[in-house]
Amino acid sequence: MTVQATRFQLVILAILMGVIVGTGILIWQTMGSGGGQSLQTSFIGGDFSLVNQDGKPITQANFLGKPTAYFFGYTNCPDACPTTLTDMTDRLKALGPDGDKFNVVFITVDPERDTPQLLKTYLESFDPRITAATGTPAQIADVIKKFRVYAKKVGEGDGYTFDHSTAVYLMDAKGNLVTLIDYQAPREEAIAKMRRALDS
Amino acid sequence: MSFVSARAASLFGALALAGLYSGPTIAENVKMGSLVIHAPWTRATPKGAPVAGGYLIIENTGDQPDRLVGGSFAASAGFAIHQMAMKEGVMSMAPVEGGLEIPAHGSVELGPGATHLMFIGLKQQLKQNDTVGGTLVFEKAGVVTVSYVVRAIGAKAPGHPAN
Repeated sequence: MTVQATRFQLVILAILMGVIVGTGILIWQTMGSGGGQSLQTSFIGGDFSLVNQDGKPITQANFLGKPTAYFFGYTNCPDACPTTLTDMTDRLKALGPDGDKFNVVFITVDPERDTPQLLKTYLESFDPRITAATGTPAQIADVIKKFRVYAKKVGEGDGYTFDHSTAVYLMDAKGNLVTLIDYQAPREEAIAKMRRALDS
Repeated sequence: MSFVSARAASLFGALALAGLYSGPTIAENVKMGSLVIHAPWTRATPKGAPVAGGYLIIENTGDQPDRLVGGSFAASAGFAIHQMAMKEGVMSMAPVEGGLEIPAHGSVELGPGATHLMFIGLKQQLKQNDTVGGTLVFEKAGVVTVSYVVRAIGAKAPGHPAN
């Protein structure tokens, strides 16, 4: 009786251990590798290599330590781009001294026409705290991909334009996305979101 | 693009009476045949900006449709008619092919974020309160001389407050 009972208990124990190990492997496969990968690909933003309006190299590291508002456009844009730059100028002013705690970066989607010199001249009409960035077509394609920006060239010759995303990306001091400001968002809403980025 | 025959006629009168129009003086309406061009305006441009948008309302009081097929702007090398649309946060823009129809007894409004004139290859920076001349060329009405008032950078269309 005693021997029989022990054998029976051993079989049960072996089955239980098999189930536990099997479940462990399943959990490890789903959470460990699968889950980690989906977290990686849902990330917006990240490092980039560009030049500013003075022709100096810049990367994400230049803007870490402060929350940063990034947005994308081009100088041959008659409407959305000057309007967003005007809105950002107004929002920085409205933040008062807290405006100094922000980086604002305008990244061109049109590196072929938007040289550092042209961007520098263009910026003179807006808040001096705003940075503009351009780069090689490959560098711009890379940053567009990392920010999940939509930018599509339309037309040929000198008069080409771009269809492009108009939202402002608000990142915290560590470069993580806090929220987006929609094009022509109400003033108070935009400023509240910028304050949220300052606090996060 | 929106068709606003009744609104177009009353809009500027109402704004003027109410004193709501805080920008520079509205450019005078221009009449040519059955067409009335209401208050052409453009925006001050950032320094070095290669382009600007042109905005106005074209009213057709006649029985026949007409078509805006071209024009000129004194401060730019080029002139085009563009359509623009915002969809899911993406601003898209493309030339209007074959001109822009102005329906009989109707109006077409050209404004920010919508169908607009595109002044390409600016020769000078546009400054607020300046006026800049230009022409519009219509299939039937012919060449119309107009004058654009320059409003602030990012100015909204009269009667279209932001949000």
